[in-house]
Amino acid sequence: MPLGGDHKTDDRLKWLGRLSLPLLIVVWQGAALIAQSRFAPGPWSVVGRTVDLIREGHLLADFGQTLARAGVAFALAMVIGTGLGVVFGRVRWLDRLFSAWVVVGLNLPAIVVAILCYIWLGLTDVALVLAVVLNKVPLVVTTIRAGVRALDPSLDELARVYRMPRRRWLRLILLPQLLPHVMTAARTGLSLVWKIVLVFEVLGSDGGVGFRVGVFFQFFDMTGILAYTVCFVALVLGLEYGCLRPVEWRMTRWRMDQR
Amino acid sequence: MAHGPEVTAAINRLAFQGDVLFDRFQMAVPAGQVVALLGRSGVGKTTLLRVIAGAEAGFDGDVRIAGVPAASAPIPGFVFQDARLLPWCDAVGNIRAVAPRIDDARCLALIDAVGLTGFARAFPHQMSGGMQRRLGLARALAVNSGLFLLDEPFASLDRDTASEVTDQVRRVFATSRPTVVLVSHDAADAARLAHRAVVLAGRPARIVADVDLPGDPAERSLAEIAEITATLVSAQARDI
Repeated sequence: MPLGGDHKTDDRLKWLGRLSLPLLIVVWQGAALIAQSRFAPGPWSVVGRTVDLIREGHLLADFGQTLARAGVAFALAMVIGTGLGVVFGRVRWLDRLFSAWVVVGLNLPAIVVAILCYIWLGLTDVALVLAVVLNKVPLVVTTIRAGVRALDPSLDELARVYRMPRRRWLRLILLPQLLPHVMTAARTGLSLVWKIVLVFEVLGSDGGVGFRVGVFFQFFDMTGILAYTVCFVALVLGLEYGCLRPVEWRMTRWRMDQR
Repeated sequence: MAHGPEVTAAINRLAFQGDVLFDRFQMAVPAGQVVALLGRSGVGKTTLLRVIAGAEAGFDGDVRIAGVPAASAPIPGFVFQDARLLPWCDAVGNIRAVAPRIDDARCLALIDAVGLTGFARAFPHQMSGGMQRRLGLARALAVNSGLFLLDEPFASLDRDTASEVTDQVRRVFATSRPTVVLVSHDAADAARLAHRAVVLAGRPARIVADVDLPGDPAERSLAEIAEITATLVSAQARDI
């Protein structure tokens, strides 16, 4: 089969891509019909349950709580991690001094951090957010530090020779070079933050998606679990395609254009 | 365009990683003169250029531009060995990166002056190597201090592109009469562009030849350029 496709092949591939999600739903429905079990509900049951949960008001309230926790934790982790990553990338002795801290932070099991925070601070939102931030910051630091180390020194020389003030250097030299690394940290960070927040909510919380899934688990309510899962996946996809990708496209348009 | 300032450099001592590059070194460039700094790689030509630009700290000495310490003098126009453009900025953005207060009309006039008409909104990757170099030249012109520091601006260019950029530089020098320090390892560059050639050699670097070149660079014939080149090559060889 030739590697270079013509327009007809491209159109066919595009259609196949569009069929992917409906195919998943058909397979899911087929599997539910074959299984005939309350532990394997079909997509229509899940959609019906989702509508009920929205009407009852649980679903939106839980998603609001989880979103708020994840949003605050994500923002804090990105700001702190990016700041530390830039400092560690540029100041060798500080990087050496705290290198073991970063390695420990990267390898510390998330659940241990959560339990410690809950014990020290109680079952509060502050403890939950702190635990997520402590888990996420080392990852952001590592990604941004690698980006800072890969900065082009010749552009720094340009800034020195033309005596660029700090703010202009930040805007024109540092940030554009760091942006791909920031986007990578944001993307991996967001996926990690979601997962950690949900686990921590199961562990100790009075609301949120994780808490509700925990309750459903206790009642073996598979339809409820899948209703929350489907909404969660829709939310993550919405954030990726409605927020992250447009931002990335706007900020790295010159690079896309180069390809 | 401002008329070029006088440049005086007196370096008592400048060392890099324990290696003394300059020791009791003195050089002066009169206002409006184009001086070519020749010498082997590693002799300290680029370092001297950075000192004059006020970008080199940690040395014992005094460098003045029009009587003002280099670090506080107006920013010179610097042309690097490579185009050194910001890939995420278009032509206008690259000029504004070093001259943020430049108005649209002057910015476009500079782009036109280096032969890049119609490329104001083009990104560096949409330009050829020669066009990128010319944009680097426009950027240096934008700071408008009357002092140009050129660090091997024709290095790594093919012959046609080098000739195209050289012609552009000659035209700029002929019309605005700035003070220029041109670093090169090629005597022909000096013969084409400079009023004077200074040959550096040794470690610490010292001036082994200081030659006033005959005639106006803008009006030199090919024969004159060839003759001056031969003279400078022999001056460099004497040192070796």
